[in-house]
Amino acid sequence: MPPDLSGQLAALLTWSNAEFLVGALARTLAMTVIGCSLGFAAGFAIAVLRRTRAAWLAPARWAALLFVETFRRVPFLVTLILALFATQQIAPELSLLGIATVAATLAATAYLSEIVGAGLGAVPDLQREGAEALNLSAWQTFWLVVLPQSWRVILPPAAAFMVMFVKDTSLASHLGVVELTFSGKILINRGFSPVLGFGAVLILYFLISWPLGRLAARLETILAPSQRS
Amino acid sequence: MPHLSVRDVCASYGGEPVLRGVTLEADRGEVVSLIGPSGSGKSTLLRVLIGLTRATAGEVQVAGEAIDYGHKAKLRALRRRMAIVFQQYNLFQNMTVLQNVTLAPVKVHGVARAEADARAFALLDKVGLAEKASAYPAELSGGQQQRVAIARALACDPEILLLDEVTSALDPERVGEVLDTVRTLAGGGITLLLVSHEMGFVREISTRVVMMDQGRVVEEGSPDGIFLSPQQDRTRSFVGSIIRH
Repeated sequence: MPPDLSGQLAALLTWSNAEFLVGALARTLAMTVIGCSLGFAAGFAIAVLRRTRAAWLAPARWAALLFVETFRRVPFLVTLILALFATQQIAPELSLLGIATVAATLAATAYLSEIVGAGLGAVPDLQREGAEALNLSAWQTFWLVVLPQSWRVILPPAAAFMVMFVKDTSLASHLGVVELTFSGKILINRGFSPVLGFGAVLILYFLISWPLGRLAARLETILAPSQRS
Repeated sequence: MPHLSVRDVCASYGGEPVLRGVTLEADRGEVVSLIGPSGSGKSTLLRVLIGLTRATAGEVQVAGEAIDYGHKAKLRALRRRMAIVFQQYNLFQNMTVLQNVTLAPVKVHGVARAEADARAFALLDKVGLAEKASAYPAELSGGQQQRVAIARALACDPEILLLDEVTSALDPERVGEVLDTVRTLAGGGITLLLVSHEMGFVREISTRVVMMDQGRVVEEGSPDGIFLSPQQDRTRSFVGSIIRH
C-alpha cells in the first residue's frame, strides 16, 4: 500500500466516518427491508387476488395485472423518478429516503407478487379438489392445504430477490439519498482515494449480501426435504 | 328406493360433451363398477356426483332426495354423505397420515381431537397402516398412500364411496393391497361406486357392472352377465380385448 494510501486509511478510520458509513448502510438496509417487507405483504395480497375467480373482483384483477406488469417492466431508476415526482404532488413533505422506500415497495410488490403467485400455482389442483371434496371451505383449503405447501416454492426465490434488491437500492443515490453508493462518492469528494472510498462501500455491501445469501441458501435446504413426492 | 340414482346426466369438458345422458342406480350396500374405455366418461361421472364438475343436464338423487349442486349448503350436506378417492393419491403433502385422516372431522365437522384421533387410528388399523400415523405421504409407497386416502374418505362416515381408478397409478405389486382394502368395505353397508380396469376384481366384488362408452351407458348387468354373456357388441369387444390382454 503506498504511503499516502495508508495515511488515508488511518484518516478514514475515524468515529465520524464510521458513523457516516453506518448511517448510509442503515438507509440501504431500510430501503431493502422495508421495501421487501411491505412489498411481500402487498405482493401476497395481489397474488391471492389474482387467483380468485369471482366475477365482481374482475376489475381488481385487471388493475393488479396492470400494476404488476408495469412495475416489473419499468427500470427501477424510472420507478424512483416517478415516485419522486408523484410524491411531490401527493406528499411534498416526504423525505428522499421515504420516497425511495415507496419506490422500493412498488417494485418489490410487483416482483414478489409474481414469486408468491408461482408458489401458490405450484400446488397441484388435485390438492384443492381433495380438500373441496372433503368439504373444506375455500379459506380452509388455502390456509391449511395450499399455503403450507407453497412456502417451500416461495421463500427461496423471495430471499434471492431481496439479496438482489440490496444492490438495486444503489440507484436511489440518483435521487440524492445518502445510501451506501452515494456515501462512497461523498468520501471521494472529501479527498479519499476511490479505492478506499468504494473499497469501504464494497465491504459493507458484501457484509449485507453475504449473510442474506447464506440465509436464502439455508432456506432452500431446510425447505427442500418436504419436496419429496 | 335406490340409494343413488343418476338420471340423464350430461356434462361437458372444455366444450366437448363427455357425458351424454347417463342413467344408473345403486341400492344401499351395492358395489357398482363402471367399466369402459378411456374417455368414456366414467371418471367425469364420479366428479359430477361429488360436485367437482357441474352437470349440464340431468338429476342425481341420494335416498330419493334430488341434489341441488348449485346450492352451497346442500352440496356440503351431500359431501357429508358421499366421499371420493382419486386415481392420483392426493393426500395433503404437508400433513402426516393422522392429520390427513382427521382434518375433515376436526376442521369441518367439529369432532373433538381425541375422538377424531381414536377414530382415525381405528380406520388406519383397518387399512393396515396404524403404525404409519405420524409419517408424511412422501414417506409412503403409492399403495400405502392410496390406503390412507381410503381411510381419509371413510373418516366422515360416508354412505356412498366413489373410487376413481384407485389402483391405476400404482406399481403392479401394490395393486393387491389396495384391492384388499376395498374388498373389506364391500358388504359392510356402504354403497360403493367404483371405476376400475382390474376386471378380475370387478367381476369378483361387484353386485352390478355398468359398461360405458362415449358418455353413455352401453349395458349393465350382473358381473357374470357382463363378462360371460354380454348383450351388446361394444361390451363384447371391450371385455374381450381386456381379458385377452
